[in-house]
Amino acid sequence: MATDISTAAPASETSRAGRRLPPELSILGVMLGMMLLFEVLGWIFVGQSFIANPLRLKIMILQEAEIGIIAVGVTQIIIMGGIDLSSGSVVGMTAMIAASLAQVAGYAHAIYPSLTGLNPIFPVAAGLACGMIAGLINGSLIALTKIPAFIATLGMMVSARGVADWYTNGQPIGNLSDGFAAIGAGWWPVIIFLGVALIFHIALRYTRYGKFTYAIGANPLAARVSGINVERHMIAVYTIAGLLSGLSGIVHTARAISGQAGVGVGFELDAIAAAVIGGTSLSGGVGRMTGTVIGAVILGILTSGFTFLNVDAHYQEIIKGGVIVAAVVADQYRQRRRKSA
Amino acid sequence: MATISPSTAEIVRQSGAIPGAEYLLEVSNVRKAFPGVLALDDVSFRLKRGHVHALMGENGAGKSTLMKIIAGIYTPDSGSFKLKGQEIKLTSPLDALQYGIAMIHQELNLMDYMTVAENIWIRREPLNALGFVRHEEMRRRTRDLFQRLDIPLHPETEVRDLSVANRQMVEIAKAVSYDSDILIMDEPTSAITEREVEHLFRIIRALKDQGKGIIYITHKMNELFEIADEVSVFRDGRFVGEHKASDVTRDDIIRLMVGREITQMFPKETVPIGDVALSVRDLCLEGKFHGVSFDLRKGEILGFAGLVGSGRSNVAETLFGVTPATSGSILIDGEEITIKNPGTAMDAGMGFLTEDRKASGCFLLLDIMANMQIALLRHGHTSAGFVKEHEIEALCHQQKNRLRVRTPDLEEPIINLSGGNQQKVLIARWLMIKPQILILDEPTRGIDVGAKAEIHKLITELAGQGVAVLMISSELPEVLGMSDRVLVMHEGRMTGIVGRKDATQVRIMELASQ
Repeated sequence: MATDISTAAPASETSRAGRRLPPELSILGVMLGMMLLFEVLGWIFVGQSFIANPLRLKIMILQEAEIGIIAVGVTQIIIMGGIDLSSGSVVGMTAMIAASLAQVAGYAHAIYPSLTGLNPIFPVAAGLACGMIAGLINGSLIALTKIPAFIATLGMMVSARGVADWYTNGQPIGNLSDGFAAIGAGWWPVIIFLGVALIFHIALRYTRYGKFTYAIGANPLAARVSGINVERHMIAVYTIAGLLSGLSGIVHTARAISGQAGVGVGFELDAIAAAVIGGTSLSGGVGRMTGTVIGAVILGILTSGFTFLNVDAHYQEIIKGGVIVAAVVADQYRQRRRKSA
Repeated sequence: MATISPSTAEIVRQSGAIPGAEYLLEVSNVRKAFPGVLALDDVSFRLKRGHVHALMGENGAGKSTLMKIIAGIYTPDSGSFKLKGQEIKLTSPLDALQYGIAMIHQELNLMDYMTVAENIWIRREPLNALGFVRHEEMRRRTRDLFQRLDIPLHPETEVRDLSVANRQMVEIAKAVSYDSDILIMDEPTSAITEREVEHLFRIIRALKDQGKGIIYITHKMNELFEIADEVSVFRDGRFVGEHKASDVTRDDIIRLMVGREITQMFPKETVPIGDVALSVRDLCLEGKFHGVSFDLRKGEILGFAGLVGSGRSNVAETLFGVTPATSGSILIDGEEITIKNPGTAMDAGMGFLTEDRKASGCFLLLDIMANMQIALLRHGHTSAGFVKEHEIEALCHQQKNRLRVRTPDLEEPIINLSGGNQQKVLIARWLMIKPQILILDEPTRGIDVGAKAEIHKLITELAGQGVAVLMISSELPEVLGMSDRVLVMHEGRMTGIVGRKDATQVRIMELASQ
């Protein structure tokens, strides 16, 4: 066996040398182009630099970290040929549950007066568990009853938001402990985002988990015939995505130092947009985590760039919608060209 | 080059200004390059009125590219294109249709949830003054069309309820409904039974008599001699020769196609037959088949014959756990096991090459290596979930070289390979798990002669190594040439097992049609 490896290696080296460029490069180009565009527009219209402002860049990245964490899970689901509409609502639900267990010691109006001043591990664990359960339900419904992922997660989207509202009848939860709030302080959200992105980048590329995810997305029937337990794998991926939505809810709550039932509305769509802009194909089987990270950053650049140029928030949304569609159109075009080549 | 509009062409055609152009279609010196490949190099092709002109060649020889140029899907880089003596230029498939050139694709393009009539007249529905579809008129036209072509279908049937063969009939009727003079058929018999082939040939002969020209792509020699008037052979993007079908032999064609002699199409060797590897007793899948019993021994090749729909593939799927059996027992090496999913079948030492390469075989978007390794991942080559890339890459290279998969690089998406090479990758997938029992469902469907002979040789080799092979095939010569015994099925029942000595085409057809 050892001799085989040594004889095979040179052949693969030479083939690697002539390999095509990674698809992320073009998205990266778009990202840099956009930054440059805002830089130029900045000097023309507001008389200052867009890029040379660390604070703005920090806010921009922090904003997108929560979306990014969700997008890490959503990317895997989309690669597997599914979709998740529930992540935004799950953020709201976990925000409430985590916040209710993170209140400062001795706070008189606490949700659970006997459970104040807990070690931050408890609210975090509860939030993660809550997200996981939501994902588990999504996955089980899709894998076992064979209903479309769109429907199953649409149901979860409505129900999880319901749980969030019901939990305190819509009242926000404040007075959170400093220990908990530290999770959302400084660069932590970004570190958490890049951390989970790295973990799942590795998982997708180098583990059996990843190979199975791509295989199921590319052809579920062939995956089944190749001995993959498709149902079990689907449940696992949706559960992981739920967990990540929960994590995003925790980060958001810690950053805002308050739990609010309405948070996360529309996050699911931003997360899908980040994945799609990053080159993940909604028909499954294609996508990379690096692309999603760049996709999330592009969304961030758009938001902060327009704010920087004092563009009205409504116009921002209109343009953002256009950019998302343009990204997909460009991607389709590129893929068609590659296929005909 | 002046182009004229389809309507002008029609007027010219009807005026008889170009009397008796001998050839319906003359394509000369066509060249077409894709980035990195010269797909067609100075190719010429002529089609006579009322003739069936077969195109032969290995996959990748340029037949499909030429057809796509004729059907307006590709535009040639250079060359001339004459339709009934008139120089024309096609810009789209729709353009080609309007000139009377219709293509019936290998993968049928019908809409499942619409009726036969709706499918045929799509985009050309008869409308009333208010713009509503006149369904009665549409039905009437469909009935007339079917009568003319002797197709026994009801216009109101939904396409999803039709068999593959019947869908093909609908496609042909649709093509004819455009008043096409030139019909292109791309491997029309690859998924239909012998009897349906006869019907198809009757239709083709009727079309010939109506003066239409038919371009017929096939890999099957016997069809060539049965239906074709002329044959053009292609190799590596070049035109090798045009012959009258009556002037050439099977061996001539093969030699022209491959450019070398294929000494043996069915390199069957008698190998020592070992113990029983797989034993099936009274296997039943409710509604599909019942009472299937047989033994399969190590080193044996058991052929599965029968018409399409006789339950052959269902038995294979049940053995492999894709659709678990409703009753009966399966014994492997004498021990009874329950196979409830493909995973358990693989753990018991089985491999299964499925019938439909595209639907249940390839991961078309993924690269060759991902396609090859996927079954192996169940059996280790991972540590803590991490795939041992180097180990697997080496194994994939081994398989690639052993099966002679023609690709520069294992990271090539499998979609870019020819059918034969895709099939080799899928076979490699199963060889990598070193199966004791290998089920092959149509292992050589839709692939060229060269690759076919290679796959046959491989199957023989595997049997020689003691692998028990169960081979399903619709091609009788293949079943007869390769099998030690042949099991025949008819309408979900086993009608007999015939030994190699007694297996003849007639005997098997008798059992298959009872």
